[in-house]
Amino acid sequence: MSIITLQLGQCGNQIGGQMFQSLMDDVHMKPINTLVPPNRNEEYINDVLSTFFYQDGRSENQLPRARAVMVDMEPKVIAQTCMDAKKSGKWQYPDKQQLSQQRGSGNNWAHGFCIHGPKAKDQVIEMVQKEAEKCDNLGGFLSLMSLAGGTGSGVGAYITECLRDEFPHAFILNQVVWPYNTGEVIVQNYNAILTLSHLYRTVDAVIVMQNDHLHKICSQLLNIKKISFKDINKVICHKLLSILSPGTLHKYPGFTCSNSIGEIMEHMVPISDYKLLTMKNIPQMPESSIQFSSFQWHGLLKHLRQMLIADAAMEEGIDWQVKVGDETPRGGAKHNQSLANFLMLRGKDVNTADTTAFEDSMLYAPWVPPGGALLKGTQPRVFNQYEKSACLLSNSKSPIVQMDYTVGKAWNMFSSRGYVHQYNKHGLVDEDFVDSFVTLEQVIANYKNL
Amino acid sequence: MTQSIVVQVGQCGNQIGCRFWDLALREHAAVNKSGNYDESLSSFFRNVDSRYDDPANIPMGSGKGKIKALKARAVLVDMEEGVVSEMMKGPLREVFDFQQLITDVSGCGNNWAVGHKMYGTQYKEQLSDVIRRAAEFCDCLQCFFILHSMGGGTGSGVGTFILNLLEEEYPDVYRFVTAVYPSAEDDVVTSPYNSVLAMHQLTEKADCVLPVENQALMDIVNKIGQAIPSARTGKKTFFPTDVKAGSAINTGDGGLTKTSEEKPFDSMNNIVANLLLNMTSSARFEGSLNVDLNEITMNLVPFPKLHYLVASQSPLYTSADVHLPPRKLDQMFSDAFSRDHQLLRADPKHSLYLACALMVRGNVEISDVRRNIERLKPNLKFIHWNQEGWKTGLCAVPPVGQSYSLLTLANNTCIQHSFTDLRDRFVKLYKRKAHVHHYTHIEGMEVSDFNQSFESLNTLIDEYQALEKQMHNPPPPEPRLQILT
Repeated sequence: MSIITLQLGQCGNQIGGQMFQSLMDDVHMKPINTLVPPNRNEEYINDVLSTFFYQDGRSENQLPRARAVMVDMEPKVIAQTCMDAKKSGKWQYPDKQQLSQQRGSGNNWAHGFCIHGPKAKDQVIEMVQKEAEKCDNLGGFLSLMSLAGGTGSGVGAYITECLRDEFPHAFILNQVVWPYNTGEVIVQNYNAILTLSHLYRTVDAVIVMQNDHLHKICSQLLNIKKISFKDINKVICHKLLSILSPGTLHKYPGFTCSNSIGEIMEHMVPISDYKLLTMKNIPQMPESSIQFSSFQWHGLLKHLRQMLIADAAMEEGIDWQVKVGDETPRGGAKHNQSLANFLMLRGKDVNTADTTAFEDSMLYAPWVPPGGALLKGTQPRVFNQYEKSACLLSNSKSPIVQMDYTVGKAWNMFSSRGYVHQYNKHGLVDEDFVDSFVTLEQVIANYKNL
Repeated sequence: MTQSIVVQVGQCGNQIGCRFWDLALREHAAVNKSGNYDESLSSFFRNVDSRYDDPANIPMGSGKGKIKALKARAVLVDMEEGVVSEMMKGPLREVFDFQQLITDVSGCGNNWAVGHKMYGTQYKEQLSDVIRRAAEFCDCLQCFFILHSMGGGTGSGVGTFILNLLEEEYPDVYRFVTAVYPSAEDDVVTSPYNSVLAMHQLTEKADCVLPVENQALMDIVNKIGQAIPSARTGKKTFFPTDVKAGSAINTGDGGLTKTSEEKPFDSMNNIVANLLLNMTSSARFEGSLNVDLNEITMNLVPFPKLHYLVASQSPLYTSADVHLPPRKLDQMFSDAFSRDHQLLRADPKHSLYLACALMVRGNVEISDVRRNIERLKPNLKFIHWNQEGWKTGLCAVPPVGQSYSLLTLANNTCIQHSFTDLRDRFVKLYKRKAHVHHYTHIEGMEVSDFNQSFESLNTLIDEYQALEKQMHNPPPPEPRLQILT
C-alpha cells in the first residue's frame, strides 16, 4: 500500500526531505548488518520502495522518485530540499509536484488559510491526483506540518480539508510539530489552536510531537552539543518510520508489509472524538555508542511500558514511582491512561519478545474492551542501526497537558483581544476563534474524563 | 522574493534615503562577490540597460545575469529643489531614476497644511503615476518604506499624503514609516502642530511606524564621538582608530561619497539608514531563521493603532577584534536594552513590553539568543497575556565591517512619554491658537483637523497608559470556556 506524503510549509518540507533520506539510508544499509537472510532484506527493500517511492518500470537507471507533493509559500526551502535530494544520488523528487509562491504567510494563520490556501487549492489537488494515479494501491496520505507558522499550519489545514473532500474515503494521517514553549513566533498559540481544531474535524488521526521534547532527546540522549533543526528532524523521522516502515501485523501473520496507514488508524482511533496520537520509542543513543550496546527485549519493553504509564518523552528520567492502579485523591487514574496502543518491534529475535505487559487492561480506559486494545507488529530486519528497537504509538492522555497549556495561553491573549485584528484582516472572524476554542476544550475534556 | 520601494519625502527623508542607498550598495557590494544580479539585490534595486533614455528593465531570470546598471527602487519627493538636486549632482545620481522624482520650488514653509492639503492635492496625480511606475517594475511588491520628518512641512504634510494615497491604491502592500520626531528645542515653531497633525495620519494609515528622535540620534553620535581620540577629530569627523573603518554605522565618507564634504547630519542619518538595512536584512539575505517583513507587523502589533515600535541597535561601534569572546556578545544584548541605545529618548526597561523582536545578524547561533533571552527576561516586564512575546530572527550576513549586530524592535508603553511631551508642546501653542490661521487659510484645512488629530493623539496615549497600568496589577484572567460533560 503506497503512502503519498504532503510536505507543507518550511517545517513540513524539511521533515519530508529528511524522511525520504532516512528511508534511503535504511534501504542502503549493508546487507550483513540487517541480520536477515538476503531474500528477506530484498523483500523489505521492495516494500519500502513501493510504499514511499515510485519507479518507472520502463527505464532501469532512473532514480526512485518520492511519492510527495511539496507546498510552501516561499521558494527558498523547497528549492533547497529538492537540491539536497538530488545531491544524495539515491532518490529525487518528482518533477512539477512542487508549488511555491513568492510571498510567505508571515506567521499569520488566516493569511495562509483564507488567502493562500484557496489560491493554491486547484494546483495542489491536481498534483495529488497525479501522484495518486501512479499508485497501484493507495494506502493513504501522510501530511507533515508545523503548528507555529502561517504557511504550514494555515495552508496545511486548508489543503488537508480539500484533500478530505477530494478523497472522502482515503486515510489521512497528520503529523504536526508543536513549537518550543518559549516561542520563536509570538502568535504561535493562536496558530496552533486554529490548526489543531481544523485538523481535528477532518483527518483520521494527528500525531503530535513537541520541539521541547525532541530538543531534550537530542541533547540528553544523542549528546548533540549544538542542536540544529536538522538534528531534530532526524529524531522525528526515526519515530515516524519506526511505525510506517514495512512490518508484519500479528493479525495478518502471512504478509510482510501489513502495517498500512489504514490498519493503524482503524486500530488507533476507535472513536473519532479521540484522535491525538503520541509516540515513544526506545532505544535512542548516539551512533558511536550503538555498536557497544546490547539490549534485551525484556529490559526495553519494561522501560517502554513505564514511559507509557508515567508519560515520559524519553527513557532518561522516567518516574518509576507511578504504578498502574494508583489513584488520585478524586478517584481518577494517576497513570497515563490509553485508549489504544500500537507496538512495533524491530530487530533481532523479535518473536521472543513478551508483550503481554502492554495488554494489561489496567493500562486502558475502563470501557475499552479487554484484549483488543493492543496492536502488535514486528519486523526482524534491523532498523536504523539499532539491533533491537521498539516503538509505541499510543492514543493516550499524554498530549493533553501541552494542549491545555496552549489553549490557556491563547485564551488569555484572545480575551485581551491581542492580535485578533491581524486575523480579522484576512477574513477570520471572532466566531472562528471561539469555534476553535470550543472544539479543543471539548477534546481536552474528553481526554480528561477518559 | 519580494520587493520594496522607498519613498523619501522632504529634506530629512531624502537625506536619510541618500545614506540608505549608499550603505545598501556597500552592503551588497561586500556580499555579492560574483557581480550577478541576484534575488537579494532585486529587493531594493532593479537591473537596467542604461544605454536607453528610458532604461529597460533586465529581468532577473535565474539570478546568474551580470549587473549592468542598478537603479534604486526609490521615489524622491521634495517641495523645494535644494536637497534633491544636490543628490542628483552627487555620486549617487546614477542610482536614481530621474522619472521617479518630484520637486517644486517654493517649499512648504514648515506648514503641514501646505504640504498635505495644497501640494498633496496639486501633485496627487503625478505622485500616483510616479509610484505606479516604480511599482510596475516589481514582481511582487511587498512593502513601502516611507521616510520623512514630523516637524517640517513637506515631510510631515506630503509624506502623510502619500501614505493615504498608498493605502488607497495599494491596500495589500505594507506601509512602514520611519518618522523623525523633532527635539523639544526644535527651531521650527510650528513643529508640534505639524507632528500632531501628521501623527493622526500615521496612527490611522500606517502598518508600522518606527519613530526616531533627533535628540536621541544626536546623543548617540556624541557618544561615538567621545570614543574617538581627539587628535583625529580634526578634519574627518568620524574616523577613529577604535571604530572600525568601513563599518556600516559610521561610514559617511569613502567609497561612493568620497568627493562630497561630510555633512553634519550624515552620521545621524546613517544610524537611521542602518535601522532600515538591519530590519530588511533577514528578508534579503539567507539565514537559519528568516523574518519576512510581514512577520514584523504580525508579531509586534497586537492592537491596530499601537504600531509604534521603539528601535535600538548595538553595537553602535565595533572594536577592532573580529573574534568575539562570549561576554561581548552578551554585552551586545544588554546594550540593546539600555537607555543609551534607543533611537528614541525612552526607557523600555522600566515600562511594559507588549512584544519584542530580536533581529540578529552575523555569527550568532540560536542557542546564544535563547541564553540571552533567559538572562534578560527577569529584568523586563511583559504584558500578562504575552509573557513569551519574543520574536527572533537570525540572518547569516553581518553588516559591513562587523561580525555581528543586533536590532531590537519593541512595542513598549514607554513611547507614551514622547507622545505626552509632544502633546504638551502642542497644547501650549494651541490654547492661544497661535499660528493656527496660517493653517486654516489653506484650502481644505479646517480647525476640526486640529481637534481630530489632538483627539487621536489623546486616545493613543490613553491606550498606552491603560496598558501600562496593567504592569503591576494585571486584571484577573478571563475564565476559560466550560464544556458540559
